[in-house]
Amino acid sequence: MNVTVNITRRPEIADPQGKTTTRALHDLGYSEVRLVRVDRTIHLEVDGEDTGSVRARVAEMCEQLLANPVLEDYEIVTP
Amino acid sequence: MTIGVVVFPGSNCEHDVVHAIRHAGADAQLVWHRDSDLSGLSGVVLPGGFAHGDYLRTGAIARFSPVMREVERLSALGTPVLGICNGFQILTEAGLLPGALIANRDLKFICRWVEVEVVDTQTILTTGMQPGQTIRIPLNSYEGNYVDPSGNARVVLRYSDDPNGSSDRAAAIANPAGNVVGIMPHPERAVESILGSSDGLAMFQSLIAASEGARIA
Repeated sequence: MNVTVNITRRPEIADPQGKTTTRALHDLGYSEVRLVRVDRTIHLEVDGEDTGSVRARVAEMCEQLLANPVLEDYEIVTP
Repeated sequence: MTIGVVVFPGSNCEHDVVHAIRHAGADAQLVWHRDSDLSGLSGVVLPGGFAHGDYLRTGAIARFSPVMREVERLSALGTPVLGICNGFQILTEAGLLPGALIANRDLKFICRWVEVEVVDTQTILTTGMQPGQTIRIPLNSYEGNYVDPSGNARVVLRYSDDPNGSSDRAAAIANPAGNVVGIMPHPERAVESILGSSDGLAMFQSLIAASEGARIA
């Protein structure tokens, strides 16, 4: 089963990469850009038939390793 | 008395730390990250580098190396544990220190001397130092920007200027007991005047003093 997870930085945590990218877009003339956030997407291929239990296992993986709860939130996008 | 210096795949400051400890008057021994027996040692240092390539997040994979289970157990018993640079990142990922380290505010790798002020002298790193004392040591990091959403971090050293955006200008923090300390700049690179400063030597002398009598069973 293919699983996609988005890892996003919490809004209250500084995002130097997003800030710098915003500045670069402004320099290129895209003055309408108000905010850029650079997040991460992780794709996994996982053995298993039952969507519910696959999602539960992947949630565990996120809590333990894939996301840092101090900085980040995660969302299982598919399945 | 011997202090263990852990080597992860990608560590690169372990020999400097061993040299600094020996120069400060104790013995040091390298410990492979897959070893989980630290008996006979009296303290543990996690040195700088890029453990496991810093993949995913700095320290995220290293925190699950077998040696870390023992480091976690010992830190709860009061054994001195010092993380320098990447070692600091590993300690936050492991939850042994609060907060996390993210990219420097200006997205630049910073490699220069910094001045830090001693804030807290009741830790394994700063025993014998004076509050308000300033020392010069090298900073060498990209993810050196300390963030602490809890706002409860116990600051041990504070940058005199603000090189990387760290909250409360923290250059080193401790756990509540003061036996686990993470420091972002490199005291091991400043233990002899020929290196440009010997200010870091007092920190290794402090670590050694704290490790006396802390022999791991």
